Amino acid sequence: MSGAIARFENVGLRYGTDREVLCDVSFTLFAGQFYFLTGASGAGKSSLLRMLYLAQRPSRGVISLFGTDAVSLPRDRLPGFRRRIGVVYQDYRLVPHLSAFDNVALPLRMAGMDERDVARPVADMLAWVGLADRMAARPASLSGGEQQRVAIARAVIGRPELLVADEPTGNVDSDMAVKLLRLFEALNRLGTTVVVATHDMNLLQRLPDSLIMRLDKGKMSDPTGALRYPPKRQSPLGAGL
Amino acid sequence: MAAVPPPPPEDTPLVAQQGPLRGWRPFGGVGGGVLFPQARLSGPTPWVIAIMVALTVVAAATGLALRHIANAAAVDVAGGVTVQIVEALPAQRQAQAQAALAALQPLVGVESVRLVPQAEVDQLLNPWLGMASGDGEMLPVPALIDVRLKSSANTRNLADLREVLASVAPAARVDAQSGWLAPVFDAIDSLRWLALAMVGLLAIALSAAVVLAARSALGAHHETIEIVHNLGGTDAQIARIFQRAIGLDALLGGAVGLTVGGMAVMVLGQRFGALGAGLVAGGALEWGDWLVIALVPLAAVVLAMVTARMTVLMNLRKML
Repeated sequence: MSGAIARFENVGLRYGTDREVLCDVSFTLFAGQFYFLTGASGAGKSSLLRMLYLAQRPSRGVISLFGTDAVSLPRDRLPGFRRRIGVVYQDYRLVPHLSAFDNVALPLRMAGMDERDVARPVADMLAWVGLADRMAARPASLSGGEQQRVAIARAVIGRPELLVADEPTGNVDSDMAVKLLRLFEALNRLGTTVVVATHDMNLLQRLPDSLIMRLDKGKMSDPTGALRYPPKRQSPLGAGL
Repeated sequence: MAAVPPPPPEDTPLVAQQGPLRGWRPFGGVGGGVLFPQARLSGPTPWVIAIMVALTVVAAATGLALRHIANAAAVDVAGGVTVQIVEALPAQRQAQAQAALAALQPLVGVESVRLVPQAEVDQLLNPWLGMASGDGEMLPVPALIDVRLKSSANTRNLADLREVLASVAPAARVDAQSGWLAPVFDAIDSLRWLALAMVGLLAIALSAAVVLAARSALGAHHETIEIVHNLGGTDAQIARIFQRAIGLDALLGGAVGLTVGGMAVMVLGQRFGALGAGLVAGGALEWGDWLVIALVPLAAVVLAMVTARMTVLMNLRKML
């Protein structure tokens, strides 16, 4: 279908010989949409997101990303796809011995950007997330909210087509949670497809136009009908299957 | 008709408004060196490499010196033939020696002939027989004639010499000097192979040390590697950072090892030179040998970098 950026079909996931943590999960993500993934703790949200940002392969089923079968994707092609996906973790996952500036610069340097061209966009991005005066600070000296903003800046500086955030507001206060949500919303307006996993229902109410997916004990439900009746809105980036 | 999304906020940075960023150049900029901080000289790796390089330098120098000793000795004795006049009566011994000397001198294939003076023979035998050897009456010692042939001594020209001497000096025994020194050459050859094996074993030990160091570094930086992978970093980019770090360790260790090993070789050379023994004197190292020795740390750097790269790549393949 045109405009689809990711598609899961009957995806199952089990760790070792335990029972499946995800069972027959099927959904499609459309370019330019804002999705919330909700569910109780242990419902399988993080596992689902890990498969979405290619940190985990499913035990069964089909996953299509950017029009390509991601399940059988050779390992050496994964980096190319990962660069099209920005990830924000609940525990930030910043490199502890790098400054905020160097953490945000990481994707640019990995992409081989000339060192002279790195400073400006990194400074702009850190200013955008309100950390212009904390560029030299190491993660340990930043608050939870500040670390999360650095993580968001790092996730989006490579201009990803898909932004995945796993409980990004889990470790910050409610005011900061709203600010972070505004950052995601701004990125979504630029055409980035955003998927935010959360169990904070207040957050969902702040973005009434968003689409909601719900995981319950490893099974997907579709409370807004977004999965059964996909939206018509198209992404300005025009990614599609 | 598809809805047009609202424009981005005015304060959105330009980088976020541009198209997706793609690129595959090596990750080696300012952040490369600090992404996986290394212990350098405070860690054991450079010191282990220094020890390996020092031992390799000594082993290589030993092998090269033995090669020179073997070559010099081979050149010395290749055309050497010893004629012994084994006759108990001194008068007859002297007469046959002079006759043999006279018969050998005009031969075309002979470069030089020398009757070894009795005093020299006595000096040679003195360590074994004492001063008694000087008395030819009490202990008959063969007369010795040192013959230098223009070509190497072989079965054919030895047979020719025997034929010439048979009539004038029936008590003559003709032997190639190389035959007597064959066990010495065999021993030198064995030592050369041992030195070569030592170099090989040290190279394997160095590789093993690098494998352990690389695995340890991978374990210490596992979380950072996962982050880099998730950000789209390639195995080659990560491996390049590790191989460069280990290469620097090997360079530092190699420099220390070359200094220590080189000093040891020079001290040993002086000690052996002081012996004044003909065989050992031929083992002096030449400029070309020192160049080969100087290449040992460079070879260690290359070996360490290749080993580190292969180790890192093999371990990264186990991750998704």
